[in-house]
Amino acid sequence: MIRDFLDSLSESIERLGDTVRFLARILAQVPSALLRPQLIFDQIYNAGALSLVIIMLSGLFVGMVLGLQGYDLLQRFGSEDALGTAAAIGLVRELGPVVTALLFAGRAGTALASEIGLMRATDQLSAMEMMAVDPVRRVVVPRFVGGVIAMPLLAAIFSMIGIYGAQLVGVQVMHVDAGSFWSQMQASVELRDVNEGIVKSVVFGIACSLIAVYQGYHSEPTAEGVGTATTRTVVTSAVIVLFLDYLITAFFLK
Amino acid sequence: MRKSRALNLGTGLFVLLGFAALFFLTTQTTSHGLSFGSEPYYVVTAKFRDIGDLKVGAPVSMAGVQVGRVAAIGFDSQDFKAVVTMRIDDKFNQIPTDSSANIYTQGLLGGQYIGLSPGGAETYLKNHGEITFTNSALVLEKLIGQFLANFNKSSSTSGSSGGSPK
Amino acid sequence: MNATSPIIDLREVRYTVGGRVIFDGLDMQILPGQVTAVMGPSGTGKTTLLRLITGQATADAGSIDVGGVAVVGASRSQVYALRQRMGMLFQNGALLTDISVFENVAFPLREHTRLPERLIRQLVLTKLQAVGLRGAAGLMPAELSGGMARRVALARAIVMDPQILLYDEPFVGLDPISMGVILRLIRRFNDALGLTSIVVSHDVHEITAVADRVFLLSGGRVVAQGTPQELHDSPSDIVKQFVGGLADGPVPFHYPAPDYFEELLARDGGRFA
Repeated sequence: MIRDFLDSLSESIERLGDTVRFLARILAQVPSALLRPQLIFDQIYNAGALSLVIIMLSGLFVGMVLGLQGYDLLQRFGSEDALGTAAAIGLVRELGPVVTALLFAGRAGTALASEIGLMRATDQLSAMEMMAVDPVRRVVVPRFVGGVIAMPLLAAIFSMIGIYGAQLVGVQVMHVDAGSFWSQMQASVELRDVNEGIVKSVVFGIACSLIAVYQGYHSEPTAEGVGTATTRTVVTSAVIVLFLDYLITAFFLK
Repeated sequence: MRKSRALNLGTGLFVLLGFAALFFLTTQTTSHGLSFGSEPYYVVTAKFRDIGDLKVGAPVSMAGVQVGRVAAIGFDSQDFKAVVTMRIDDKFNQIPTDSSANIYTQGLLGGQYIGLSPGGAETYLKNHGEITFTNSALVLEKLIGQFLANFNKSSSTSGSSGGSPK
Repeated sequence: MNATSPIIDLREVRYTVGGRVIFDGLDMQILPGQVTAVMGPSGTGKTTLLRLITGQATADAGSIDVGGVAVVGASRSQVYALRQRMGMLFQNGALLTDISVFENVAFPLREHTRLPERLIRQLVLTKLQAVGLRGAAGLMPAELSGGMARRVALARAIVMDPQILLYDEPFVGLDPISMGVILRLIRRFNDALGLTSIVVSHDVHEITAVADRVFLLSGGRVVAQGTPQELHDSPSDIVKQFVGGLADGPVPFHYPAPDYFEELLARDGGRFA
């Protein structure tokens, strides 16, 4: 029992170390990959534009739920005018980056992992190596950079749509005054709150993209291996995002 | 090549939308929106004995109309008062010099803001002028403390059966 | 380099994976300008041999010399420089699935050269014409049959004008017509482009029709070599078994197991309990 636990612990640490080394290898290749921006644009499209619909829909619904729940909570204290503040802070600092990262891992992360895994399984990566083309530079780095750029933009879109969703429910349905909804928000949301959200979404973007390309690149070259890689991408990303979320939140509250 | 053009168009639109959202978050949800247009303004200061939890960026209003924002909060170590610097929109350049500044609270749990009450002087506040008549923030705890003290005093003099713990 | 000195020279190569010995004392000399076939039963490491030659795997001991470059112990950039002089055809073609046939063939040119678009177009169409698929230039790899995919991959492998062309199981899963096409292309490219070709396969009849020289691998070493005719006439048991396709011989029909009757009669379930 204890032996199994220690084994799996050391395996996890080993995997962590391997992932960090992979990140170093990616970062070393980023400058040369930037010389071919078209490859990166394509990946921003894949990771970002193709995730847009799911992000906007989810943002709208999360914002609407915040509008309902926030209204119900705040009207007990007679301060439903603070709904704008509550929704904006909740979305900008927390829900925007976290929910976007989880959706990003599910939509773009799995697509990345299975795409690279499939290239591994069908010898496409080996073929590149044989053509003296480094697959990390040609395949992995553009996808990683594209993901890191797309993720904060998606999170910002999510938060913006979410705030309008909360406004929709709060103002149109619950009849909170539209003026106080916005003015209270503007008076009490600080640039620091927005910064926290941006830092989080950038860090989550790095984490999710790295996990996805790592799992894809190191998958077993079989159909089963590709499946395992996508599953691991989602599970690992979710746990890591929530863990990092706690760390960053604690850091900003200091 | 047509396909890649459509792709780039999509990418470009996505990036634009993302940056628009970031711009929205930094300017529309926070109080940094108004200073963005950098309308002409002038600066006045006022000293308060206690500003409660007034924050930089809080609105400055007159008769309920916003005329400016709190630009900075400092501390005067000579007379132990808080020095609040306000930016007032140039449009509102006819504020009498003997106006008074009060700190109010928006609702029970809302943020605090500065309300200006006009005086009767014929001269108006200029850039770097000072408002000398000020009223400090009503701090809820102090208010309740005072109320309780008065209540105890009155109940002991009237001799009614007060709920005194002793 | 004169015509008689080998272009690929393996000496005393030893290679193990996870404690399993794949090669031990492997010696092989491949002459330039010839089509050399490497045959052997499944699992003898024929594909691994190609990986060793191209530096995708590193031998534990021995020396591998390719075109005057020592592959064992070479740096990453040396290996990459060497690979630009080699082309390789993977078992299923290994075309990049997200770009068209044309872009697949153009891929090495775009990665390694700064040629103008017009020249790239000419080169790509020439190579596609050589494999008979110029008409398919606009298709995506998913729209190709297995044989066509391999021909496109072949066009891609020769687009950088390599000195050495490696084929990994080029006939697997092909219909007789496609097989004939690939065979013809192997021979034609070898002679027309002045290449050295190495074909890894276990399709005895197909490969002996095209090869100048044949190596037979078994048990981690070369057990026979010579022209196809020499191998055909060889008195060696293993060569007879392989060339004749006999079920039993030096390569046993039975996987190693305990005595048959004892195991059938075992009362307690034996080793599966």
